[in-house]
Parts: sequence; C-alpha cells; structure tokens
Amino acid sequence: MGRWLNYRFVIFLLVFIAGVALSLPSLLGFKEGPKITLGLDLQGGLHMLLGVDTKKAIESKVKSIASAIKYFAEDNDILIDELRVEGTQISFKLLDPDDAPKIEEFLAKHKGLVVERERESYRITLTPQEIQSVKEYAIQQAVDTIRNRLDQYGLAEPTVAKQGKEKILVELPGIKSPEEEQRVRQLIAKAAHLQLMAVDEDRQARVNRMSPEEAAQYGDVILEDRQGRKYLLKEIPILDGSMITDARVAFDQNNQPVINFTLNSEGARIFGDFTAKNVGKRLAVVLDDVVYSAPVIRERIGGGSGQISGGFTVEEAHDVAIALRSGALLAPVYMEEKRSVGPSLGADSIRSSFIALVSGFILVVLFMAIYYGIAGIIADIALVANLFLIIGIMALFGATLTLPGMAGIVLTVGMAVDANVIINERIRELLRQGVSVRKAIEQGYKNAMSAILDANITTLIAAIVLYAYGTGPIKGFALTISIGILASMLTAIVGTHGIYEALLPSIERDRNFAKWFGIKV
Amino acid sequence: MEFFKTEKTYDFMGKAKIFMAISALLVLASWALLAFKGLNFGIDFAGGTIVQVRYDKPVDIATIRKALKQSELFKEASVTYFGSDREIIIRLKTSTKSLGKDIGDEVRQVLQGTGNFEIRRVDMVGPKVGSELREKGIKATIIALAAILLYVSFRFEWRFALASVLALVHDASIAMGAISLFNIPVNLDILAAILTLLGYSLNDTIIVFDRIREGIVENLKLNDLDQIINDAITKTLSRTMLTSLTTFFVVFTLYLFGGEIIKGFSFTLLVGIIVGTYSSIFIAAPMLKLLGFNLAEYRKKLAEKRKREQEKERMRAMYEQGVV
Repeated sequence: MGRWLNYRFVIFLLVFIAGVALSLPSLLGFKEGPKITLGLDLQGGLHMLLGVDTKKAIESKVKSIASAIKYFAEDNDILIDELRVEGTQISFKLLDPDDAPKIEEFLAKHKGLVVERERESYRITLTPQEIQSVKEYAIQQAVDTIRNRLDQYGLAEPTVAKQGKEKILVELPGIKSPEEEQRVRQLIAKAAHLQLMAVDEDRQARVNRMSPEEAAQYGDVILEDRQGRKYLLKEIPILDGSMITDARVAFDQNNQPVINFTLNSEGARIFGDFTAKNVGKRLAVVLDDVVYSAPVIRERIGGGSGQISGGFTVEEAHDVAIALRSGALLAPVYMEEKRSVGPSLGADSIRSSFIALVSGFILVVLFMAIYYGIAGIIADIALVANLFLIIGIMALFGATLTLPGMAGIVLTVGMAVDANVIINERIRELLRQGVSVRKAIEQGYKNAMSAILDANITTLIAAIVLYAYGTGPIKGFALTISIGILASMLTAIVGTHGIYEALLPSIERDRNFAKWFGIKV
Repeated sequence: MEFFKTEKTYDFMGKAKIFMAISALLVLASWALLAFKGLNFGIDFAGGTIVQVRYDKPVDIATIRKALKQSELFKEASVTYFGSDREIIIRLKTSTKSLGKDIGDEVRQVLQGTGNFEIRRVDMVGPKVGSELREKGIKATIIALAAILLYVSFRFEWRFALASVLALVHDASIAMGAISLFNIPVNLDILAAILTLLGYSLNDTIIVFDRIREGIVENLKLNDLDQIINDAITKTLSRTMLTSLTTFFVVFTLYLFGGEIIKGFSFTLLVGIIVGTYSSIFIAAPMLKLLGFNLAEYRKKLAEKRKREQEKERMRAMYEQGVV
C-alpha cells in the first residue's frame, strides 16, 4: 500500500476526487452545490444585442426644455411667440424686451445650454458636453429601464448589461414560445412615452385637410388614434410620463381593462393648473405617438391622477402598465443582433453532442488500451480524471457551457491523451534500447517534457486569443479547450507518473512488456 | 501493438521534392478557389438572418418558397433542407431593426397553413455587428499567428519559427480551399476551427522540431542534416499518427453525431487534422532546410550559448566565494 503514497499519486487522487465531487451537482442535477450554467444555445433562450438611438434622446431633451420654457413664461406672464423646436434647436421671440433678464435668469439655471440672442430672437442649443452626457445617460437609463421591465414581467434570470460603448446585451433564458418571445421584445422596445397634449381647438376642424408641414407652422402636430381619426395637437406637451409615479391595470364599468396612473406633485400641479384654465377644451392622452383618448375637460382636475383607456387587451394593458411604471425609454432601442434558440433545439444539441462525446471517448479509450496495453489503460484513467476536472472547474467558477464548448470537450478527449502518447513512445524507445524499466520511465517522462510543454503552450495561445476576441458561444469553446489543456498537464503528466511509480515493483517483477507497454522487446 | 518498424529510418528528405510539389499544387489550387469562387460568408460576418423551422412531417421546399412569396421581405430568401426532410433553413441577406416584429415573427405569419411547424432558431446579425465581428476575426487570426511565431522563435531559432508558420499557412490555405469548394458558410465557428487547427498542426510540427533539435545536440558527429531530420520524423512518426488518429476519431464522431449546427465546424477540423498531420511530417522539416538552416552555424551558436552560461556560472561561483 505504501507504494501508492508517492506525492504524485496523492495529488492526482485528491484532484480526481475534487473533480468528481465538483462535477456531481452538474451531472446529476442536484439542487445544491456549484453547477455549470448552460449557454442559451443549449438550454434555449433569447440573446440580443441592442443599439440605442441616442439622437432621439437629445431631441426629446430639447423638447422638454422647450416645455419648461413655455410653462415658465406662462407662469410669469412673459409673452413669447413662435416657440419652435427644430431638431436640436429651440427658438422663440420675446414680445416685451423688458422680460429679457427674467427669462435669461431662468435659462441660466439650466446647465449645458448655449443661448444666443439677436434682439428679441433667442436661439438655444446644447453644449457638446451636454450632448455627450445626455447620450450616456440615455444608454444607462435604457439599461436600467429594460432590466426593471423584465424583472417586473417575471422572467427567470434575465441579463441586461451595457456592452461596449453604446450597446446593450439582453439575455433571456426560459422563453417558452416564439409568441412569448415577441411579447417580451415588444415590452423591451416599448417607448412608453406618455404625453398629455392640448387639442388645438381653433384649427381642429381643418385637420383632415392639413399637411404636417402646415401644422408645424402653427406649432402643432397631427397624430392619429387607433381607429385612424386625426387630431391636431399642440406640439409641446403639457406634461409627459417622466412625472408618473405609478400605473396600474384596472377595469372600467364595461369591464374593459384601463390603466390608472398617478402623477408626482409637480405633475399634479401642472395638470391642475392646465385643466383649470382650459375647461371645455379637449385634452389628448397620447402614448407612443398614438392618441388613446381625448376627453373634454369639464372642471379642474386635482389630485394628479388620470386614466388611459382605449380598447386594450388584458395582456397589453399589463405590459403598458409595466412600461409606464418603469419609465419611458429616453431613446428608442433597435436590434443589432439576435440569436434565439427554441428549447427543443437546445435539448437536441445537448443530446447529439453528448452522443459524440461518449462515442468518441469509447473509441479513444479502447484504442489506447489495445495499442499500449496497461500503459494505455493508465492513460485512460487520466483521461477520465481530466473530463471530471473540466466539468468540476467549470462548475466551481460557474462557467457557461455552450455547444462549441461541448465540441471543445470532445476535442480535448482526443488531444489530452497526446501527452501520454508522447511519454509512452519515449518509454518504449528506451525499453527497446535495453534500459531498465525504472530508468525508462524516469527518463521517458523527462525526455517528453519539453515537447509536451511546447505543444500545449502553443495550443493554449490560440485558445486564449480566441477567448479574447471571440463572442458568446465561441468563448465557451476557447474556455473548455484551455481548461482541458491545463487539466491534462496535471492528470496526464503528474497523475500517470504517480501510477507508474506505484506499479513499478510489479512491472519489474513481471517484465512482460507486451502486457504493460504493448511491445515485444 | 506497434504501427511502425523502429529499426528502419524512413527517407523523408529524399522524397521531399515530390511532397513539396504536391503541396504547392494544393495550396495554389486553394488560392485559386479562394480568388475565383471565394468564401461563402455566413451571417456572422456578412450580416443577415437565418430561420430554422421544423415540421412534424416531411415538407416540400416548393411549398415553403410559395408561402414565402407572400411577403416582399423574402424575395431573395434561400430555402434548403437542414439535416432531414422535416427541417428547413431560410437564409436572408437582410436583417430588420425592429424589436416589435422581426423576421422570425414574419416567417411565423407567412408559413401559417403550410403544416404543423416549430421555429427552432432565429439568428439575425445586423450589418454593423457583422463588420465588427469580421474585424475581430481578422485581428484574432493575426494576433494568434504572431504570438505563435514569437513563442516558437523564442524556444527555437527563427528559421524553425518561419518554417512552422509557413506550414501553418499551408494548412490554413488548404482548409479554406476545402471550405470554399464545399460552399460551407463561414461563421464564427469556422474561424474557431481554423484557429484550433493552427494550434493543433503546430503541435505536431513542434514535436518533430523538438526531436530535430535533440538530434542536433545529442550526436555531434552526425553532420548530415537530412539524416537528422529523417531520424527525427521517424522517431516521432508513431506519436504523430496516434495523436492524429485519436483526435480524428473524436472529430469524426462529432461530425457524424454532433448535429447539423456544428457540421461545418467539425468538417473544417477533419480537413485540418489530415492536412496538419501531413504537413508536420512532409512539409515543415524540409521547409527548414529550404530556408537555409545551417547545421554547423546552429551548433556553433549553441556552443557559444553554453559557453556563456558556463562563464556566468563560473563568475557566480567566484563571486559567492568572495574572489571578485
């Protein structure tokens, strides 16, 4: 027994046991313990890379500044005219030059504005730094908003993260059907841009004959409701969804789903003031540029709550409420890349790559045993340890196993025995020269070492580069190959050496090299 | 069991010209294929969309094509079977930006009425991501090659490094020629396969080179480079063949049973293993000679290096004894 207590074998045994212990939770599906995560290509799910249209965020920032100017002017009895927003520029005229200090003081309070004045005409744009920070904020806000929406929707383990400078990575395992996938995508993309807008009652009658350009001259926009009816609305909204604190699905007297929303105190004040001044006129509730309703204001509405109705399905109302609660997307998102795998395909991929792994493994194990005799079986033991070690290490670090990763493991089975092949060939060579078994083994390991190291390091270089530059599943391939190479150094070199050391007296007694090393000397 | 007789040294160098000629022909043919036929870039690099659909019973491709005609979006779609006559792949060169309704949703809609089907995979890569991936892929290949070259020159002499990289170019060219010939869509997995086969083929080459270096150092009286190379290749022959065989086994099972998705990947590796093994045995070492490797010069350099080391050792010893 003492022969088995050489340090190499003890290390090998400990590593082997650790590998088995760490991989059991993954292999047998235990609830507890470290487990390998399956990549989306194996368990099914949706992977998306989203782009953010930051230009829109800048435009809407400009628009909200225009709203603030309008509200400030009205609140302080400053008369302004021709308040316009064109792209990222605001312009207006001051009717009474005496009001200039007041409005300029107000503008100075806003950071990041470039204010140009030519007599009574003002032109306002954003500074480059402000544009940059609006962009960055829009991306971060999109990440937070999308994460918030997905959490509220109730999908298991969604990943939402900023990738690179201006992309967003979204990974959703556990999507069950293409229909559900579409619904989730719509939820993510929903701008949820709620606006309360005044109907331009003076010109509304002519809306069907009006062109968008003509409407723009009056500072109006034309929007449609879901039935295609046109509304002429003041371009600058009374208030928008940024002042919403809550939104819930409820049912009206006809048992139709509606969404009740609550405004914060500032929103409530603006809403109250507006409704007080505009009794008898209509107020349009606009969500993502679609008019949902345009009720007539009967009296001042205090309390800061409102309702969106307009023929939602229950699912829609539920998703709209989530989107309103989590806030509007400051900038629209669009799809740059999408990889979606159905659960049945993932299961098929697991099955087929597992069959390949098992059959490849059996072939290699049999071949080694036939070609090298017991030396081959020793290499096979190292190979088994190597496989457990790969799975164990991946589980320990919670690494993700992808389909190319499985291919990497299969490939490792073929390549990991290489070290043993090199060593065995060296041992055979020395035995043929008539060297003693003890010396042949010692010298064999020594001679083989530089070749094994060089060979493994070059493969490792290729794998590391692949890991650094690869994306998604390919990273998984580079990962399993790298772990396989490193693990094989331990199992195929140290482990087998330890086994030989323990068996040495038996080999020396036996001297049947056909049995031990598969050669006749 | 033994594959090769060990008493005999095979004369590889004597036939080097023949193998060089064969290789030159293969490489040129591959380059011609790449130049005139080109590579079929898949969606990872070219952008576009693929949709994989499975039916519950065999389906006629003509039916699918007819159904797809309903939408302008699928005017230039290509439809092929994928692994069986129940499963199809629809390929498009275009992609859509909208999250609300993408090409997968569109396919689901127009295929209504063609039977019971399940959309199993939708991959879409926009043009911007495609060009980024392309750039990354080229970078990865160049960096991998440069790093390998650097490592081998550090471990051996520059001629060894250059010879091994030329052998790699040989392997990569022929593998890519095969990819072009069989019209395999080139995606990220193919790039991974090519990088892997570079690492793998280099493996074999280095083991032969390692033996050549050993032969140079061990028997200082032997001045025939051809014989040293022949000896080295012969001695590593069974190792080269064995490892190639075990790797070939596993990649072949991967090709047979691993599923349609990784067929291109395993095919590239299969070609790579064959070509890589061949080049390590027949091409890399003769290349070394072709590059003007000089035995006497190399030995002189090694001797000088050893002398320097000994000198250093001596100085250190003297220093430790307090003589200096």
